Amino acid sequence: MAVSSANTVDLGAAMVTAPTALADWVVILPVALPILGGAILLMVRHQVRLHAWMAVVVAAATLAATTALLVRVIAEGALVMTMGRWLPPFGISFNADALGATFALTATFVTLVGALFAIRDIDATGRRYGFYPFLLLMLAGVNGSFLTGDLFNLYVWFEVFVISSFGLLVLGSEQRQIDGASKYAVLNLVATTVFLIATGALYGTLGTLNMADIANKVGAARETGPLMTIATLLLLAFGMKAAAFPLNFWLPASYHTPRIVTSALFGGLLTKVGIYALLRSMMVLFPLERVVLSDLIAWVAGATMVLGIMGALAQSDLRRIVGFVVVSGIGVMLAGLALGSPLGLAGTVLYAVHSILIMTALYLLVGLMYEAGGSYSLHDIAGLYRAHPLLAAIAFALVLAAAGLPPLSGLWPKVVLVKASLDAGMWWLAIAILVSGILTTIALARVFALAFWRDRPDAGPAAGDGAAAQLGGGYAILAGLLVPAIWIGIYPEPVLQLAQLAAAGLSDPSAYLEAVFPLGPGS
Amino acid sequence: MRTVIFRTSAPYLTSLMVLFSVFVLLRGHNEPGGGFIGGLIAASAFAIYGIACGVSPVRRALYFHPMALSGFGLFLAALSGFASLFFGVPFLTGLWTSPEILGVTVDLSTVLFFDIGVYFVVVGSVTSIALALEERERL
Amino acid sequence: METALSGLVGLFYAVAIYLMLSKHTIRMILGIVILGNAVNMTIFAAGRVLREVPPIIPAGFDTPPESVANPLPQALVLTAIVISFSFFAFLLVLAYRAYQELGTDDTDEMRVAEPDGEGPPPMGY
Repeated sequence: MAVSSANTVDLGAAMVTAPTALADWVVILPVALPILGGAILLMVRHQVRLHAWMAVVVAAATLAATTALLVRVIAEGALVMTMGRWLPPFGISFNADALGATFALTATFVTLVGALFAIRDIDATGRRYGFYPFLLLMLAGVNGSFLTGDLFNLYVWFEVFVISSFGLLVLGSEQRQIDGASKYAVLNLVATTVFLIATGALYGTLGTLNMADIANKVGAARETGPLMTIATLLLLAFGMKAAAFPLNFWLPASYHTPRIVTSALFGGLLTKVGIYALLRSMMVLFPLERVVLSDLIAWVAGATMVLGIMGALAQSDLRRIVGFVVVSGIGVMLAGLALGSPLGLAGTVLYAVHSILIMTALYLLVGLMYEAGGSYSLHDIAGLYRAHPLLAAIAFALVLAAAGLPPLSGLWPKVVLVKASLDAGMWWLAIAILVSGILTTIALARVFALAFWRDRPDAGPAAGDGAAAQLGGGYAILAGLLVPAIWIGIYPEPVLQLAQLAAAGLSDPSAYLEAVFPLGPGS
Repeated sequence: MRTVIFRTSAPYLTSLMVLFSVFVLLRGHNEPGGGFIGGLIAASAFAIYGIACGVSPVRRALYFHPMALSGFGLFLAALSGFASLFFGVPFLTGLWTSPEILGVTVDLSTVLFFDIGVYFVVVGSVTSIALALEERERL
Repeated sequence: METALSGLVGLFYAVAIYLMLSKHTIRMILGIVILGNAVNMTIFAAGRVLREVPPIIPAGFDTPPESVANPLPQALVLTAIVISFSFFAFLLVLAYRAYQELGTDDTDEMRVAEPDGEGPPPMGY
C-alpha cells in the first residue's frame, strides 16, 4: 500500500467541509418525502384502505416542507444543497430560489387537494393499480424539476414524472385511455429525447451541466459554440412539454381520457413544468439567445392563446373544452417569456400560480358536473342550476377566474401582462391576450348557460336529490382551491410581490449563481 | 418453449443466475458491477423461469409482488440518503464504517444500501414488465 | 473517431425520423428506440472519445495513475439507457394493448378518444 505523493490529492478543495445545518434539509424534503411515501405505498400495495390516508399525510408533510422552504427562501435568498458533499459543478446540487419554491409550493398544494378528491373518485381497483404511489412519485418528479440545479438531473426528474403520469393515465385500461396514452407517450418521449439531444450538445460545448456553471461559462463560448442551436432545441423540447402551438396536439388528444382527478392534476401541473423549464433555461442559461428568439416566442404565444381557445369553442365534450382552455393559458404564460422584462416575467409567474389552481379546479368541477348531470356532453347536460345551486355558484366563480374577470385571481396576471406588453410596444400581443380572454369568457359562459341555466328537456327534477348529498365532499375540496384564488383576486399584493421577487431572480440571476458558487465563478 | 430439456434446466439456471446477480451486486462495492446490472441479471433469471414454467410459479416463488419489491428498493435507497441527516453532511453522502463481525472486518456503507435498493428496484420493475408480457403471450 | 461517430449518429437520426414518420405504431416505436440510441451516441461523442483505459482508480491511489477515458458521458449515457429502456418496455406493452383493444396499429384509425365527425356543440338553447 505504498501511496506515492503524486497520487494523493487534497479532497477538501472539492468537497463541502462545513457541516450541513438541519434546517438546510428543507431543500431536499419536497422531493425526498414523496419518494419515501410512494415507496412505502408500493410496498403495502394490498392494503388499499391505507393508501388514501397515507398519501394525504405524506402530501401534507410535503406541503409543510415546501412552505418552510418558501419562507426561508424569501427571508434569506436562494438555498443550495449539494448531494454527496461534492462541490458543484462536480456534485449535483439542488438550488431553491423564489421561482422554484413558489412553483413547488403551489404544485404540492394542488396535489394534496387531488389526493383528497381521489378518496371519493378512485375506487379500490384503481388504488390497487397504484394510483396513490404514482401520484406521490409524480409529485416528487415535479418538485424535483422545480428545485434541481443540474440540467441532466432536470431530464431525470422529467422522466420520473412522465413515467408516473403514464401509470396514472392508463389506470383502468379503457379503450379511450389506451388510445390517448399512445399519443401522449410517444410525443412526450420525443420531447424528452430532444431535450437530451440539447443536453448532450451543451455538454460537448461547455463541458458542464450545472445550471449556474453553464450561466457563468456561456458568455465565453458564444463565439465558438452552437449555442443558438442548443437554445432552439431547448425551446422546442420544453415548448412541446408545455403544449405550446404548434406542438400542442397531444394535450387535447389525451387529457380527457383518464380519471377526472388525473386529468385535473395533469392540467394543473405537467404543462407548468414545461413553462418553468422554459423560464429557467431561456432566462438564466441563454439570455442573449432568448432575445433573438423572442419574436418567435411571441408569435407562438399569441397563436397558442387564440387558437387554443378557438379549439375550446368547437368542442362539445366538457373535458376537452377544459383541455383547450389549459392550452390557451400556456400561451398567456409564454407572452411573459417573450417580453422578458421583469414585469412580464412576474405576470408569467403569477399566471402560472393562478393556472395551477384554476385548471385543476375546472377539471374537478367538470367531474362533479358529470356526477350531477350524468354526461360530459354539452348536448345532454342541463338543468344543474335547479338541482345544485351551490355547484352553480362555484362554477360561476371558476368561470370568472378562468376568463380573467374580477374579483378572482385571473384578473391580475393578465393586467400585468397587458401592461408589460404595452410597455414593450408589443400592442398586438396585448390584443391577443385580451381577445383570448374574451373568447375564454364566451366558451365557458356557454358551458355555464347550457349546463346550468338550460332546463332539462324532460322538465322533471334533475338527477335526484341523493346526488346532492354525495357531492358534499367535492364542494369542500373545490372551495379549498377557490379560497386562494379569491384571496389572490382581492388582495394580490403579497403574491404579486412574490412573483416580482421570482422574476427578479430570473432577470438578474447573480444571487442565484452566487449561492451555488460563493467564491465566484470558476472557483 | 416448454421442452423437457428447458424445463428441467431452467430452475438450476435461474438459481445460478440469482446467485451470480448477488455476487455482481456486492462486487460493485470496489470493482465494476453493482445494483443495476445485478438486478438485470436477476430479472432475466426470473424471466427465463417464467418462459420455462409459466408465470404463476414465478409469482409464487417471488412471494412478494414485483412492484412491492421495487417499492422496497426505492425505500431502502431513499433511506440510505437520509442516514447522513445525523452526521451533518448533505443528502446522499456516502458514510462508511468497518465493524468486526466474527473476527472478519466488514466494510459497510450507505452506498452499499443504496446499491441494494437499486438492485431491488430493477429486479421488481423489470420482472413485473417481463411477467406482464409473458402473460399476454398466452392470450 | 468523433467524425466517424458523428456520421453514424447522423445515419441513426435519419433512420429514426424516417421510421417515426410512419403511421404504424410499431414502426414509430422502433424509430423511437433508434432515436434514443442516436442520442446516447451523441452524448458519448460529445464527451470526446479517447483510446484510454477505463476510469477505475486502483487500490491505494487517490487519482488514476494514467490518463483515463471521461467517465461522465458514460454515466449520463447509462442513465439515459436505463430510462429509454423502461420507456421502450412501457411503449411496447402499450402498443400491444392498443393493438388488442383497438384492433389496429394504424394511428389514422385510432380515433376512440377523438371520434370523427362529432359535430359542433349546441348553438343555442
